[in-house]
Amino acid sequence: MESLSNRSKKVQKREMTFAERAYLPAIAQGLGITLKHFFKKKATINYPEQTRERSDVWRGLHVLKRDEKGAERCTACGLCAVACPAEAITMTAGERKAGEEHLYREEKYAVTYEINMLRCIFCGMCEEACPKAAIFLQDDKLAPARYERDEFIYGKDRLVEPLKTTETK
Amino acid sequence: MESVDLIYKAIYILVIFGITLLIATYSTYFERKIAAFIQDRVGPNRAGPAGLLQPLADAGKLFFKEDFIPTKANKALFIIGPGIAMLVATMSSAVIPFGDMLIVGGREIWLQAIEVNIGVLYVFGVVSLGVYGLMIGGWASNNKFSLLGAIRAASQNISYELAMGLSLIAVLMMTGSLSLREIAEQQQGFNWNIWYQPLGFLIFLVCAFAECNRTPFDLPESEAELIGGYHTEYGSMKLGMYLFAEYINIFVASAVMSTLYFGAYNFPFMENLRAAISDPVLANNVVTILGVIVMFAKIFAFIFFFMWVRWTLPRFRYDQLMKLGWQILIPLAILNVVLTGGAILLKDYLF
Amino acid sequence: MENLFYFLASLTLLCALMVVISKNPVHSIIFLVITFFTISGHYILLNAQFLAAVNIIVYAGAIMVLFLFVIMFLNMGKNERDLKTSALTKITGTIAGGLLFVVMIAALKDAHVGTYDAENFNSQIGMVENLGKVLYTKYLLPFELASVLFLVAMVGAVMLGKKETGERHF
Repeated sequence: MESLSNRSKKVQKREMTFAERAYLPAIAQGLGITLKHFFKKKATINYPEQTRERSDVWRGLHVLKRDEKGAERCTACGLCAVACPAEAITMTAGERKAGEEHLYREEKYAVTYEINMLRCIFCGMCEEACPKAAIFLQDDKLAPARYERDEFIYGKDRLVEPLKTTETK
Repeated sequence: MESVDLIYKAIYILVIFGITLLIATYSTYFERKIAAFIQDRVGPNRAGPAGLLQPLADAGKLFFKEDFIPTKANKALFIIGPGIAMLVATMSSAVIPFGDMLIVGGREIWLQAIEVNIGVLYVFGVVSLGVYGLMIGGWASNNKFSLLGAIRAASQNISYELAMGLSLIAVLMMTGSLSLREIAEQQQGFNWNIWYQPLGFLIFLVCAFAECNRTPFDLPESEAELIGGYHTEYGSMKLGMYLFAEYINIFVASAVMSTLYFGAYNFPFMENLRAAISDPVLANNVVTILGVIVMFAKIFAFIFFFMWVRWTLPRFRYDQLMKLGWQILIPLAILNVVLTGGAILLKDYLF
Repeated sequence: MENLFYFLASLTLLCALMVVISKNPVHSIIFLVITFFTISGHYILLNAQFLAAVNIIVYAGAIMVLFLFVIMFLNMGKNERDLKTSALTKITGTIAGGLLFVVMIAALKDAHVGTYDAENFNSQIGMVENLGKVLYTKYLLPFELASVLFLVAMVGAVMLGKKETGERHF
């Protein structure tokens, strides 16, 4: 039968030559290959001391940014949740009360904001969709491995950028 | 024997014992390091600088693990097994000449623990006993896999001992002596036996791999088929003893191969060096110490080769192993004996 | 030296007895191996190092390993029934053993221990070189006959182990 790709090879069943039967040339060849690997550059990265080099546009762990005064930028518009192809983002919106102006930039803000890191595919669509430049994917942080599934649901406590408390002028 | 000589002998034996244990300990480290390097990894590098304290960490772990004896095991034999393996392994380095003669304060000191005129046979006999440790341990565990490992070890060792002995005979025919020191002395300078016995060396090398239960002949302890073979039920330091014995066996096999085929402590141009130094005592000592260094370099090269092969070749199938031993190596060894005999006769006839 | 001999001799006898007395066949084998070792010790006392080494290589190193191998395969001594011997066997065994003992005493009662000529005695007779020379000159015929015997035994073993036509093992 004609094969579809024309790439199949005929199985040859010829007698082995003496050199092949003696195994020694093959063994010497194998030893040569392993010796070559012995002197090769190692693929290992000694993790805590070294880290793998990442691209400048690496998309890692999300962060919810604050503005220059330290107020949260997110207004809970939900565009990121809509844009998310993995449906990893949920949030509930709330209204800012008087006296909270230093916490939230606009009248509407996200009371809860959760990203399920097991669903997230780190595509960066949320970042692109955000009209307020509130969510970004950091290029230096990863979502690390954890023991429990619910630990992978990152809330605002772990997503919002920490306040710069030790600001020096 | 004088008491001074006795004290010297005792010290020498202790030193050799210590060196043997040290080399066995660090063989585990280098095994892991070489395995890693061949597989493009870096290997143990956390304990101490470059991971050099790793063997101590391993030993500490093994010592503090629970010393476990299975309920249905034969207790006495279960404990004796690793002991025999260790005892036999450390016994064989007694007759190996690690160096020539040192002259210290007018006293001749031979760098060999005991000189017997049957050195080769002694090594051979002790090596052939090594299998008892595995067999007794494997049987006493009362476990199918251990028993299978023990049986494999027994039949493999007996099969390869034959070819090993036959390949040795060619060397003995050439040198006309069973004493390892005399065999070493005859390979003065660069006149090593390997140039006359390449086939014999190859057979001996293969058999040494089989006798040490090293890959590609590690069927008695194959992890994939027998869960570790004869030491399946072992843990703690008893397992450590088995592993230790294996590494000591590698060291001894390397030392024997260097002595028999690679000129032991001899190195090229050693006579020129001896002649270049005017003081005969100093010349002798310098050459001897260099010889010891050369001997250990050869041994380390062989140990590296053992490990290199382990991480290159896959394991043989059992029938292939038996076929190689009985149908290929033994006829080849006999052929080698016949060829050597013919060559010796021809040499006598021509010259 | 004499003390060493008595120590070795008693150890040999003890181990040899244990070979017969032990209930576990594996223990018997191990005692037999120790017996071979002590016999090798005797050879060394007699300054016959070659015989000592060969005794260990051939008997302890090869033949006893095969014994152990077979006994491990047979898995003997596992069921208690095999170990029970009937009274009749015990009585016959005692009688046969006693008779052998009597015969041995009768045979050895008048035997005298051969002495050696202290002046001309060659203490190096047990060394490899001398042994080889004796074997290849004085005892050449028996030596060669023994090798023929081994050859015949080997051929027989090969014949027994050979596959017959149509026979399949796997």
